[in-house]
Amino acid sequence: MSETKKVEFEYSQIDSERMRLNVGPQHPSTHGVLRLEVELDGEIVTEVIPHIGYLHRCFEKHCEKMTYPQVIPYIDRMDYISAMNNEWPYVMGMEKLMEIEVPEKVEYIRVIMAELNRIANHQIAVATFGLDAGAFTPFLYLFRDREFILSIFEKASGGRLLYNYFWVGGLAADVHKEFKEDVLKIVKQVRETNKEIADLLLYNKIFIERVANVGILPADVAVNFGCSGPVVRGSGLAFDLRKDAPYSIYDRFDFDVVTGRGEVGTVGDCFDRNIVRFHEMEQSCRIIEQAIEQMPMDGDVREKLPKKVRPPKGEIYTKAENPKGELGFYIVSNGTDKPERIKSRGTSFVNLSVLPEISKGYLFADLIMILGSVDIVLGEVDR
Amino acid sequence: MKKYFNNIWLGVYTVLVGMKITFMHLFAKNVTVQYPNKHPLEKASGDKMPMNARNRIFVDMELCNGCNGCARACPVNCIAVQTLKVVPGDAPPLKNGEKRGLWVPSYTLDFAKCCFCGLCIEPCPTEAIKMTTEFEYSAYDRNNLFYKFSTMTDEEIQQKKELLANFQAEKAKKEAEAKKAAEAAKAAEAPKQESGELKIDNG
Amino acid sequence: MEHQILTFYDWVAKLSSSELIALILVVTLPLVFLIVYALVAILGELKISAFIQERLGPMRTGPWGIIQPVAEVVKLLQKEDITPDAANKPLFNMAPFLMFTAAYAGFAVIPFSSNFVPAGINLGLFYIFAMGSLAVIGLVMGGWASNNKYSLLGALRSVAQIISYEIPAAIVILSIVILASSMNLQVINANQGGWFWNWYVFGGPGSIWKLLVIPFTLGMFLLYLVASLAETNRTPFDIPEGESEIVAGYHTEYSGMKFAMFFFAEYANMFVVSALLSILFFGGWNSPFGDFMNGPIWGVFWFISKSFVFVFVQIWLRWTLPRLRVDQLMGVSWKVMTPIAFICFFAVGLWVMLK
Repeated sequence: MSETKKVEFEYSQIDSERMRLNVGPQHPSTHGVLRLEVELDGEIVTEVIPHIGYLHRCFEKHCEKMTYPQVIPYIDRMDYISAMNNEWPYVMGMEKLMEIEVPEKVEYIRVIMAELNRIANHQIAVATFGLDAGAFTPFLYLFRDREFILSIFEKASGGRLLYNYFWVGGLAADVHKEFKEDVLKIVKQVRETNKEIADLLLYNKIFIERVANVGILPADVAVNFGCSGPVVRGSGLAFDLRKDAPYSIYDRFDFDVVTGRGEVGTVGDCFDRNIVRFHEMEQSCRIIEQAIEQMPMDGDVREKLPKKVRPPKGEIYTKAENPKGELGFYIVSNGTDKPERIKSRGTSFVNLSVLPEISKGYLFADLIMILGSVDIVLGEVDR
Repeated sequence: MKKYFNNIWLGVYTVLVGMKITFMHLFAKNVTVQYPNKHPLEKASGDKMPMNARNRIFVDMELCNGCNGCARACPVNCIAVQTLKVVPGDAPPLKNGEKRGLWVPSYTLDFAKCCFCGLCIEPCPTEAIKMTTEFEYSAYDRNNLFYKFSTMTDEEIQQKKELLANFQAEKAKKEAEAKKAAEAAKAAEAPKQESGELKIDNG
Repeated sequence: MEHQILTFYDWVAKLSSSELIALILVVTLPLVFLIVYALVAILGELKISAFIQERLGPMRTGPWGIIQPVAEVVKLLQKEDITPDAANKPLFNMAPFLMFTAAYAGFAVIPFSSNFVPAGINLGLFYIFAMGSLAVIGLVMGGWASNNKYSLLGALRSVAQIISYEIPAAIVILSIVILASSMNLQVINANQGGWFWNWYVFGGPGSIWKLLVIPFTLGMFLLYLVASLAETNRTPFDIPEGESEIVAGYHTEYSGMKFAMFFFAEYANMFVVSALLSILFFGGWNSPFGDFMNGPIWGVFWFISKSFVFVFVQIWLRWTLPRLRVDQLMGVSWKVMTPIAFICFFAVGLWVMLK
């Protein structure tokens, strides 16, 4: 089934005028306020220039004026659909700087929350990818399930989207009493819906035709551009920080790193990037189930919270596997309660940089699919 | 040729599978919550809004001791607290029985700025500031989102200010007299009057 | 037709003893029907999509939101009618009306009942097909005159799409013409009288040997269903509008009532192709059960309910499927549908010859 055929269009004999088209900042499928300057030859994309910065909020400069705990709400607003995962590398770095050992229960809750959020993020990614292809219904099925996950977060942290839940040294609040049962119920629901989505959308022949052999990203190009997460895994490279540089307690769980296999087309096409996200939901479910089993229900999640977050002089780079890829924070501390400098390695920003490279020579409709398959969040691109 | 027919077959088959799924959903239970008719807190079953949801902030001025911790913790500087020292014996204790050390003539919270992170809740020693489940408070005017929590009237504030000024003047006088008594030789120096102190802290 | 039947036109003319009243009535009845149908179809689209997606759909306007389409029309009427500065104004203003006229003109030959057809011309099938193609001129006019790159892309896509899908559709229709040996829609309907196995989707009236031709007629039905989706720009062939790619395609720049005209035209087209499906393959106004509930009045019921089934199928498909790409759409038309249509055409022709 796997044919390494790229759809080729040759119009070179015909003298045609190129058309410059502005896609965005207000366009239904730029996933936020991204502007793409596209040069079209008929419907064939010859050049793509992403223009970013419409959502720039000076995150890094703001941090220099903030105390360390105050940075966390700002981090939430970077990749706002996987805020739990965003907070993690930051608090992990702070804990390393301050040499805090977080309690066992906190680690388990963090893993469960992060994996639930990974599922929520991938649900949005798969859903909006289907929406880009014109399938509206799977989008709403996945959003329905996402609401259940957000309810868990709301019960724990009080917020549905922006949680401010992972604090340096612990968590903002303990989980509720029926937490385990609720999470298991959601895992079951996610699996049920995923089965349906696979039939309804992912293995639909029309959808496969749309995404197979489109936007092929070879593994070496992906590495050269610094891509991470499902984008690089879709190209067949098993790069997952949870396995390659295990942080927290990820070495205790048994899960697979999903990579693209070129199931219906070439390795590294849009289908692979999307199906990696889809199968990662299942892996996250596995991690959650194991974590729920091992997690102690008694214990104080706030016992190690420091009275005053004032790390010693020093600097640290911490990274974690965000649903979109490697999210890193470089924290420079000058010994006061405000950071000297915080630099974040935005996953979406790096992943977006590969878009002009892989979308040349495809049709305009494919460009939208490629943009969808890279799965960016403009809050993180612009910061 | 086989692939050609296989593709056609797959096309028809997967479309039919999709149609079957959507047809089944046609009769499934709807998940819509008709919000104004059904409040998320009243909903009988399912996931209702938990009590720890982070929505509008409420400050109990009976409990607030004016420590300014919330204003310092706020990442967006939406809280502004002004305090006035209490003359000993003048103020009733706080609701939780603690001694009141500061009047809070003005406690403002700009909900247009607030990011509902919940960081202001933590430092409060008396649990005066709380997040409620109330979320329906949109306003037509931005000024209506500027909440003033202080219960003190202008007269009261004026009165307390005068009281404090008098007290401080008296205190200063007393001190000066004490000084005078101690250093009788240097009696020529007049006591300096101080005006009532109005502390403004912007976190 | 050999046998003379009392048509609606004659009946009204006799009652009111005025041909003018009869003429006006015959012309306005389909228009009234079209407007009522469009409102019902818009509500149906909203509600069916909502139920498929486990939502409730509009609930606030009237009980269960049943006057939502009226509210939408009123809203569109109130809206400011914006004409872009750079647009070609005469063409821009004309396009939606041309679209709507083309869609409405198709109603002229649609037989609602054995005794009511606005214009019982002998080339009804040919006429309805020609009117269907006229819509493409409206699309191009709108897309070109808007002077918007998205509109232009949408217009060019729609031309390519509609023209290529007309070929398999025309061949399928030709096969039906062979079966019915007439282009008069009333004759085609009358031929399928009796029980439902006399419908052309089941090979038309004939002996047991027609089992041989049933696979081909079924295939023809599917081909025409797919082609009709493409002709009305519905998912999976809604690439001229494809909102995730080219915003709204040819009607990106339209607002207010002109947009509503495009909207109406789309729904009118949906009904025309559904009506054609029910006439050509499902016996039109014939009752499926012989003489049970058969007659001129029941005919309207059967015809409209059969057509509504196909309108429902179109809505159902729209909320199920993703959208094809331009080149794949062409591929499906030229590489798959046209050859199969030719095979069916050949088989049906052979069968009629040997019958």
